[in-house]
This record gives sequence, structure tokens and C-alpha cells, in this order.
Amino acid sequence: MAVAIDLLSWVLILVGGAFGIIGGIGLLRLPDFFSRIHAASVTDSMCAPCIIAGFMLQSGFTLVTVKLLFLIVFLFLTSPTASHALAKAALHSGLEPGKHYDGNTGKERQG
Amino acid sequence: MIVAAILSILITMALAVTRALLGKTVYDRILAVNVFGTKTVLLIAALAFLSGRPDILDIALAYALINFIGVIAVLRFFEYDGDAATRPEGE
Repeated sequence: MAVAIDLLSWVLILVGGAFGIIGGIGLLRLPDFFSRIHAASVTDSMCAPCIIAGFMLQSGFTLVTVKLLFLIVFLFLTSPTASHALAKAALHSGLEPGKHYDGNTGKERQG
Repeated sequence: MIVAAILSILITMALAVTRALLGKTVYDRILAVNVFGTKTVLLIAALAFLSGRPDILDIALAYALINFIGVIAVLRFFEYDGDAATRPEGE
């Protein structure tokens, strides 16, 4: 049983790390600001809970697990809020979804 | 194996910092800094488990709070500066 819990925690931690790297690559390579928000949401909503849940499985029934549970609930509540506020602020200030902005000048790119 | 988790978190942080340095709009930079802050919380938790002192998790909780409030405050500052989103650097 202990071996199974250990194995599950390592699988969760590795899956979380993989999702983090995938989201980081998306943050670099996606063309539009709003699609980059999606990449950041991938890291916030898959990488962090998976890694923290893996640590929770490792720590057992202690106060550490409660602290990690607070951390996971807090990230679960705040990261969508931050993403929504970011998208609203960008939309409010004139960035439009679906338009590609040139990486060198910041101007809108034609075509 | 915790070292593998720390390495993947550090790779993600490096990618986020690259986006924060490259990103031409203000909001790209804020987004990258937000991702970097979340990954910092994870890195503090992983280092707490690596060093065997889980008391450091309190610092991770405080950092998560401060990161969220800081991002919201910077967004409030930039929300009504519409020209800054598409203005090229140095103008």
C-alpha cells in the first residue's frame, strides 16, 4: 500500500512537471496574447495542483497536508481570477483577440 | 525525484522569464510574471520537501497571497492606459 501511494505521488509530480514545461513552451511560442493566457492557465490549473497533490500524498496525515491543501485551494481560487482580470484589462486597453502583433515592433501585423 | 520536479519547475520559470523579457505588450509581461510567481510558490514547496523542513510552506502561502495581490494591483494601474498595450518600446 505504501508503495502504491509513493508511486501515485511520483506519477502526479512528473505529470505536473510535464504540464508546466508544456505551458511554458506555449507561453513562448503561441502567437497571440489571449492564446498565451490559455498557456499560462494550463500551467496554473494543471501543474500546480498535480505537484502539490503529489507532495500531499508524500506527507501523510500531518499539519503539512493541511497547509498544502490551503495552498491548492488558494491557487485554485486566485489563478482564474488573475487570468480573467488580465484578459479584461487587455481587452479594455485595445488589444483584440485574433489579431497577431509583430514581435519586433508591437504593431499589428497584416495577414 | 523531487530534484526532477525542481528541474521542471526551473525550466518553466526560465521560459516565463524569457517571455517576460521578449513580450512586447505590458500584459504579456504581467502574465509571465504571474506564472513565475506561481512557479516560485511551487519551488518553495519542493525545496521544503527536499530539505526535510516543511515549515517553509508558510512562506509559500504568504508568497502566493502577495503574488496575487501584486498582479491585481499592477493590472489596476495599467488598465486605463490603453496606448501602452500596443505602443512600441521607447516611444
